[in-house]
Amino acid sequence: MRQLLAIVTALIVAGSLTAPEPSHAQSKGEIVIGMQCDRTGPTQIVGTVLCPGFHDYIALINSKGGVEGHKIKAPEIDNEYKVPPAVESYERHKKEGAVTISVYGTPQIYALAAKLNEDRIPGTSPGFGSAAAADGVRYPYIFPIAATYWSQGAAAVDFVKKQLGGSLKGKKIAYIFYDNPAGREPIEVLEDLSAREGFQLKTFAVPPPGVEMGAQVLDIAQRFRPDFVIAHLFGGAPAVSIKEFKSKGYPLKKVISLVWGSAEVNIDAAGGFGVAEGYYTMQFAGVGHDYPVLNEIREMYKKEGKPAPKEMASSVYYNRGVLVAAVHIEAIRNALKAKPDGKITGMDTKAGFEKINNFTLGGLVPPLKITSTDHEGGGLVQIWQVKGGKFEKVTDWFSAYPDVVAKHIKEAAAK
Amino acid sequence: MFHRESGVLKTTYEADMALYPLPIARWTVAAVAVLFFGVIPLALDQYYLSLANLVWIAVIGALGLNILVGYTGQVSIGHGAFMSVGAYTAANLAIRLGSPWPVNLLAGGLMAALVGAVVGMPSVRIKGLYLAIATLAGQLIIEWTINHVTFISGGVQASIDVPRPRLGSFVLSSQRQMYFFLLVFVVLAIVGTLNLVRSRVGRAFIAIRDQDIAAEIIGIDIFRYKLLAFAISSFYAGVTGVLYTYYLGIANYEQFQIGVSIDYLAMIIIGGLGSVLGSIFGAAFVTLLPIAIRYAMEAFGGLFFAPQTVLNLIPNLRLMMFGALIIFFLIVEPEGLNRLWRNIRNYFRIWPFAY
Repeated sequence: MRQLLAIVTALIVAGSLTAPEPSHAQSKGEIVIGMQCDRTGPTQIVGTVLCPGFHDYIALINSKGGVEGHKIKAPEIDNEYKVPPAVESYERHKKEGAVTISVYGTPQIYALAAKLNEDRIPGTSPGFGSAAAADGVRYPYIFPIAATYWSQGAAAVDFVKKQLGGSLKGKKIAYIFYDNPAGREPIEVLEDLSAREGFQLKTFAVPPPGVEMGAQVLDIAQRFRPDFVIAHLFGGAPAVSIKEFKSKGYPLKKVISLVWGSAEVNIDAAGGFGVAEGYYTMQFAGVGHDYPVLNEIREMYKKEGKPAPKEMASSVYYNRGVLVAAVHIEAIRNALKAKPDGKITGMDTKAGFEKINNFTLGGLVPPLKITSTDHEGGGLVQIWQVKGGKFEKVTDWFSAYPDVVAKHIKEAAAK
Repeated sequence: MFHRESGVLKTTYEADMALYPLPIARWTVAAVAVLFFGVIPLALDQYYLSLANLVWIAVIGALGLNILVGYTGQVSIGHGAFMSVGAYTAANLAIRLGSPWPVNLLAGGLMAALVGAVVGMPSVRIKGLYLAIATLAGQLIIEWTINHVTFISGGVQASIDVPRPRLGSFVLSSQRQMYFFLLVFVVLAIVGTLNLVRSRVGRAFIAIRDQDIAAEIIGIDIFRYKLLAFAISSFYAGVTGVLYTYYLGIANYEQFQIGVSIDYLAMIIIGGLGSVLGSIFGAAFVTLLPIAIRYAMEAFGGLFFAPQTVLNLIPNLRLMMFGALIIFFLIVEPEGLNRLWRNIRNYFRIWPFAY
């Protein structure tokens, strides 16, 4: 028996010693973007559309010869919106030589923050994650690359102000939110603005999983009777909120939803565009099908003799996937321009992100300006309204109250 | 492990009480120790060590839960929350007082033990499903408290950055360093559990599990021992939470939600209730199986489907296969992987001369 054990041990030792060395993906000139996704977890309605958009853009870039002659590879790992798979996924991408990681999910970016810093690999958290990460000095390797919840809250108040005739003095605004850290994050900005603009703010928490909010909506519609509602809900909750506002008789043209309650899938789940007529949505990527890059993707599919993917019809999340991929590609392009030999590392990509300036992709991406201190890129959003069966653009790219947002970022960095 | 014995030839109490009475067993343990402390960390890539680290964290939590569920027969769906108690205790101590990690680790464990004992109090009066609901309430109350009380959670984001653990001036940060750091606690947890269950306390736990009225009649203080079981089990959970926090560098409340409690219950049921080895098997199985399924799908999925379809299929099929395999293993051996392993062992003990 001892002999058997010795043999087994020896085999394991031999096996582990001859295990393949970590492959050097860059030897073939291939650049790796680590990509996390959630196609099966609580945010699957986002992931199942956003991730194909991401892949289609990468395929488009590769079909045009890659970035500066280098092909891009974006291995996707589904993290189910759980932390341990996100850690495993990160380590695997690191092993495969990823120069940047597209992280998915707020708890996941928190969990990987320390690792990204230590390994010097930039990770992105577009439209989610900690708003404080906009500070490039405090979090050198985290890039929100889209409007954070603080910027979204500030922009929502600014939009409401314009809708209510330019002044919020004496007005009432209700904030209905998913009761988790991400849902509560904008409150501090809203409270500051309430003091500054003189409006009355009342918050209404919806406990997870967010499918029961009859009492809160009734409270808003019948008792508080606000002049406007700012909604910040996730997953299946936005659709429920639209239905509830409708049934409690609160006009949807006085509701603005932040970015995760603003897609076709949310509207469809609420009963279609007819039901949600008037509902305002906030977007960090362009909505609709009329962008040059989307035409190019359709062309690419046509050339391969395939129909355009069905995910494209859901333009809000699909376009966000294209945006996220495009910003990563742009960072890699900048990095490769600085280092033509193609041997780029996470540090080069970080510098590449920080050189992104006025990159718009034909209007699908806001004119981002990412710098070494501002990793958010300006916090720009558009407002689109549900009107006549589709989304109609109400405002162009804008951001609001940068001083208030900056104050909170500074306070968070000091902690 | 594989070993055969013949006759009971013990002449001293020490020999009778030895954890591993046979030389072959001691050798096996030594070989396993060499494998895990020497061969694996030095031979494997950081990526594989990161998998091992996730397993180690799960092993400690599963051992703790098994003490409660497997050995004492009390159900808990609140272990995710007990982990968060440990995690936030340690994180707050580290940030507010700057205390070193050993202090935080112990404090996190003790605080979780205290909270666990309180949540376990209903166990004196209720059993089974009723107790499960009581601990579920504990989980939800603790989740809500951490989510809303900023004194504990450190702000609306409910996450606290903690510095990396250090040994003197040496900072532990890479996966390899973390591997050794975590493995030490895994060994302590295993040895602790092995010794606990053969002590007076452990026998009292088992007596309560088998028939609590009979246990009371033979003089076991049910109240004391049930709460003790909750406290010890929660101590393990608290330590798991602290280690997880130090491993990630952050305490975040979304890492300890109810799904985590269910995952750990799944681990010990798949591994085998009331066995130390089963906890280890279960933790490794639940952590590694989804990863293994994904590798298999990546390798062979392309043979049958288009690449875009494979991407969509992998996560879904993985969930289905994971569920199916759990059902399969529980049908094959309802007593878990540990029993399966013992069956294999018993078969080979007399192989090839089976009768």
